Amino acid sequence: MTELFTSGARVQTSRMDPPHHTRLPRYARGAFGVVVECEGAYPRPDDRARGLAAVPEPVYSVRFAAGDLFGEGDHVVTIALWESYLCLVDEEVR
Amino acid sequence: MSGDHDHTGGSLAARVRHVEALLQQRGLVDARELDGALEAFLTRSSPANGARVVAEAWVDESFCDRLLENANSAIDELGLSMGGGLQQQRLKVVANTEELHNVVVCTLCSCYPIALLGPSPTWYKSEAYRSRVVRDPRGVLADFGFDLDAAVRVSVWDSSAESRYMVLPRRPAGTDSLDRATLASIVTRNGLIGVAPV
Repeated sequence: MTELFTSGARVQTSRMDPPHHTRLPRYARGAFGVVVECEGAYPRPDDRARGLAAVPEPVYSVRFAAGDLFGEGDHVVTIALWESYLCLVDEEVR
Repeated sequence: MSGDHDHTGGSLAARVRHVEALLQQRGLVDARELDGALEAFLTRSSPANGARVVAEAWVDESFCDRLLENANSAIDELGLSMGGGLQQQRLKVVANTEELHNVVVCTLCSCYPIALLGPSPTWYKSEAYRSRVVRDPRGVLADFGFDLDAAVRVSVWDSSAESRYMVLPRRPAGTDSLDRATLASIVTRNGLIGVAPV
């Protein structure tokens, strides 16, 4: 299993609201975070819930600043997210 | 559609009962066998297990290091497992320190390390806890009567995938002379979730 992201990588979550089950929580859509670590590889629930063939895909702990999620708060929230929910962020762009 | 992922809903319970009935009808599972497996799992599942892990980590520094590095293999040393009759789940233990406090939630449903904490409390599954603790953890902790020092940073863990998280509380002052069993007896389920100090 090749992992796309390494610890410390800056990522952004998908902004899409799919018409099917997903495990990308709505409060974390389109949010910027930092990869903490890879938690292993598991079939995507988005595919399993629709009865589609699901191959294991890396899952990462991704850390978000509360301010980036909610516009307030001094805490951090770490969310476990499948690789296809994420894309790499170019530091220059941000 | 993450908002539809609700394990506490009555409709899901009805669907589970329906599937169970079909499996029994076709002779694929035996009702007594199923009850036996569930009962065995729930009998083995208790916050006393999590408390034992914490007590061991408090008295044995190298066990503590192994626990934070790879919790599944560390709890295996104590004869505990995240198997529960189904697939082995990954366990991640997060340690509270003087500067950092951890708290666990599952915003999508109610995921939680049942084997180590026992069946989850009702409030853990409530919309109120799940939606508020990610946004305002200090406020939620205050509702539990836990006034965290403003200088302590807060880290919330949302169990949105296949890992389960457990908090390693700080060892209270004045407990140096206590043995493992006595230390374990002061560890609470709420402490293992992170909504109370120990």
